[in-house]
Amino acid sequence: MSAIYILWLRELKRYTRSRAQIVASLGQPLLYLLVLGFGLTPVFKRAGYGSYFQFIAPGVIGMSVLFSSIFSGLGLLWDRQFGFLKETLVAPVPRIQIMIGRTLGGSTTAIIQGLLVTVICMIAGFRPVSIYALPLAMGFMVMIAVLFSALGVAIGSSLQDMQGFQLIMNFLVMPIYFLSGAMFPLSNQGKVLTFVTSLDPLSYGIDGMRSVLMSREAFQPAFGTTTDLAVLIGVGAVLLVFGAYRFSKIEI
Amino acid sequence: MIQVRNLVKTFGTFTAVNDISFDVAQGEIFAFLGPNGAGKTTTIKMLTTMLKPTSGAIELDGLNPQVQENEARKRFGIVFQDPSLDGDLTAAENMEIHGVLYHVPRKVRQQRTEELLKLFELWDRRSEQVKKFSGGMKRRLEIARGFLHTPKILFLDEPTLGLDPQSRNQLWGHVKNVNEKEGVTVFLTTHYMDEADRVAHRIGVIDRGKLVAQGTPKAIKEQTGAESLEDAFLKLTGSTIRDESAGSADQMRQFAKMWGGAKR
Repeated sequence: MSAIYILWLRELKRYTRSRAQIVASLGQPLLYLLVLGFGLTPVFKRAGYGSYFQFIAPGVIGMSVLFSSIFSGLGLLWDRQFGFLKETLVAPVPRIQIMIGRTLGGSTTAIIQGLLVTVICMIAGFRPVSIYALPLAMGFMVMIAVLFSALGVAIGSSLQDMQGFQLIMNFLVMPIYFLSGAMFPLSNQGKVLTFVTSLDPLSYGIDGMRSVLMSREAFQPAFGTTTDLAVLIGVGAVLLVFGAYRFSKIEI
Repeated sequence: MIQVRNLVKTFGTFTAVNDISFDVAQGEIFAFLGPNGAGKTTTIKMLTTMLKPTSGAIELDGLNPQVQENEARKRFGIVFQDPSLDGDLTAAENMEIHGVLYHVPRKVRQQRTEELLKLFELWDRRSEQVKKFSGGMKRRLEIARGFLHTPKILFLDEPTLGLDPQSRNQLWGHVKNVNEKEGVTVFLTTHYMDEADRVAHRIGVIDRGKLVAQGTPKAIKEQTGAESLEDAFLKLTGSTIRDESAGSADQMRQFAKMWGGAKR
């Protein structure tokens, strides 16, 4: 247990020490939120969907959780490059504990990042349906964070160096974001898009967050919170097992 | 303590370690010598559960490191050839993580951290991030960290690389100390033949993946009729310089490995 704790703590320390990076990683969500949020609101209103700013805010929160959790998982590649990975891999600690410590640490920092963006959204004018909705939304953030940290670890365990990073970014992380309905409503879409978006685990996380944060007049859930929860927990568990398996197979 | 039988490791068509066998007895200091790219580090990686051998058998304290990975890991400590510190953490935090991962009780951990950091003259800088350290300081910290727990077998992969004579002296003094007082078996590699001659009880010379000689330093010198261990080493391994740099074929292999990571 102490191994899990110390590795969790390590991720947290690394996060809090990279202040410049925290600020930098808030830039992208801010752009989406402010530029798209305010820019598309008139069009969105005319289409009868209400305020686009209120609509995109949960999507932007989900995006920041997605990015920081996947990147923390991929942090494995940096550890491989700088050698610290070896130090943990030869230690007399079951690899599953090392993987759990890393994943929990990565999830925690992703949740902090998500909460920071939530605060920024609220400062900029985002209003959840009630204050009690926030802990529920945080519950969804936790599930998104754990799921994608585990995915990040699984990918990080399979890559040898940073060369594959751009590929992962362009062919996995960005599609996960764009197909999740973070930026557009998933209901009333064509068959193909409906099908593809239903394969994206983030769709369920963002649908869940919107379901709890927004009123029913402003947002019609695409899947319903029960489905959201079931999918997130199911896929999260599968990815944790898969990530742990991939991690246990690392050779240096 | 260490038993190796017919150990082979191949990477694609390249044979890094080719059918080597040797024993290291309990309490012995064994130096593994060889030119660049001879297979020293690959052997250490297989002994320390980082790589799986292609074929052959390894026993560490009666355990098979391939099957009883975790039990085997409890038996050894290692100082790596290349860096393995977390640069964002401080020296003390790096020591702390190591201590926790190796189940060193808190009190012992704190006490030994202080002793070791003082011994390697890092105590005053313990709260600084390691990335601000010079190369020599990082190296000293790696070594201090390797001594934090008392393993049965200590692997030192070119520990003196980049160290000044003072630190080298401290290191070997400490190695002899734990070997004599605590009966730690030491398996080391180095390029400094005088060091091997001075510290090691027995020596194995590896070249192009093959073990070409083994025995006491004296026996190896007699066997080759050389004055010094350095001459003996040159006689055994030739005087051409080995090329370790990666050609384009290696880079392609690396690329293939990256994408075929799951299949290896």
